[in-house]
Amino acid sequence: MTPLLTVDDLRVSFPTRTGTVEAVRGVSFTLGRERLGIVGESGSGKSQTGRAIMGLTPSQADVRARKLRFGDMDLLAISSKERRLLRGKRLAMILQDPKYSLNPVMTIGRQIVETLKTHERISSKEARTRVLQMLEAVQINDPERVFDLYPHEVSGGMGQRAMIAMMLVCGPDLLIADEPTSALDVTVQLEVLAILDKLVSERGMGLIFVSHDLRLVSTFCDRVLVMYAGRVVEELSSANLDQAQHPYTQGLLNCLPRIGSDRHPLPVLERQKEWAE
Amino acid sequence: MTAALSIRDMLVMYEDFAALNRVSLDVDLGESFGIVGESGSGKSTLLRAITGLASFHSGSLTVNGRSYSGRKRDKEFYRTVQMVFQDPYGSLHPRQTVDRLLLEPLTIHGFDNVDARIARALDEVGLGSGFRFRYSHQLSGGQRQRIAIARALIVEPKILLLDEPTSALDASIQAEILNLLEQARRDRNLTFVMVSHDLGVISHMCERLTVMKAGEVVETVPVEALERRQLSADYTRQLMVASEGFRRD
Repeated sequence: MTPLLTVDDLRVSFPTRTGTVEAVRGVSFTLGRERLGIVGESGSGKSQTGRAIMGLTPSQADVRARKLRFGDMDLLAISSKERRLLRGKRLAMILQDPKYSLNPVMTIGRQIVETLKTHERISSKEARTRVLQMLEAVQINDPERVFDLYPHEVSGGMGQRAMIAMMLVCGPDLLIADEPTSALDVTVQLEVLAILDKLVSERGMGLIFVSHDLRLVSTFCDRVLVMYAGRVVEELSSANLDQAQHPYTQGLLNCLPRIGSDRHPLPVLERQKEWAE
Repeated sequence: MTAALSIRDMLVMYEDFAALNRVSLDVDLGESFGIVGESGSGKSTLLRAITGLASFHSGSLTVNGRSYSGRKRDKEFYRTVQMVFQDPYGSLHPRQTVDRLLLEPLTIHGFDNVDARIARALDEVGLGSGFRFRYSHQLSGGQRQRIAIARALIVEPKILLLDEPTSALDASIQAEILNLLEQARRDRNLTFVMVSHDLGVISHMCERLTVMKAGEVVETVPVEALERRQLSADYTRQLMVASEGFRRD
């Protein structure tokens, strides 16, 4: 069976005044209909990996890969028009902050209808019904009211649910969530994750969850890729987080303050040059 | 125990909305005190009302034995109380070098020997003199937060207010900054008031904590109560569950 996504030796580099910066340096993995976490600190290349799969890398950057296949489709060979047809329909992405990723001058309902009408020939009335159903599926209690609200009129948690609704309304095969809950309060985070979890498993999608939070990702995903300086340094199954082998992963786990552990000073991460090689 | 900071029935109104609704708390001298709560709970407003960045309409504030009201604070207050903000990208002047940033508080408070003080302050936060003539855009997030801490410590305050000092930083950098803060507190016998949404950070750094919700104090407990999970308020328990990560039922 062909995997949902095949990434082999993915490289993303940006030309700058001081030379080429390689943000992603040879990332490889395959994904089925499962939940995969990608973890790393800022600058590790985790977001650029997600963006390259979506085809959202800025135009000045150079994206190469031995293979970048979505099902049977070679993502690097198809035209940008074909990629546009995929985005929103079969591939979808949730971004970090609903304050910036929703269109501020369109009501929430209209933006979701727009997604739907871009990809399906559907009457306005039917589109509205589908959107209301979708808003209900992300546990928005009064979808009729929220449909007509502007993004600034809803809370962060509500905005992120609307975002999830917009991304899932066309029933994508693969969802990439880039820090989907980092801008939300801790208590709201879990609600949003629970909704995401339910929809992903009900609809049998593949999910790539990009985050800096190793603990959160490991409780949410089946397996985790740990990235450092543009490379995957370790792959772990979430259940075996404590058996992490790479000193970077161990360091990341160790340096978090925990309730009830009395470690003063906290162990800090001693970065080794060879990790980046 | 003498109180370093004492607040009684503090009320902060924005038009008809009470951002702080009669909050009372005492922070002892030399203590490290945590404040947790979700956004909109009033935890940052509380720090802003203490420093005079927001005005409080009724109630009282006593710092180091002196009373203050409204938003007027004298020089003595700012010698005693300094603050470190959440966002290291927004809290440093973009057109000032590190040297200028650190010089300004010294000039305001009439310190002598400024050269040696700036050099020592940079040393203390683990940045060498090589950083002295850089601009903040030439620094990483962690380095900026170190500069913000150096700027706060350089006037030798007694109380440090910390508003989510590590939530914009990577986990590995967070550990370094927390260690730095603890070291500074030990060396200078500082009193900390630390706002965070992360119970792990609070439990690591503080001796007591107060939980806020909707502008009010829900409960104030010693940090051991977190470890033993003896929390009376539902809301605190909810925060506790949230801090343990996602769970599939």
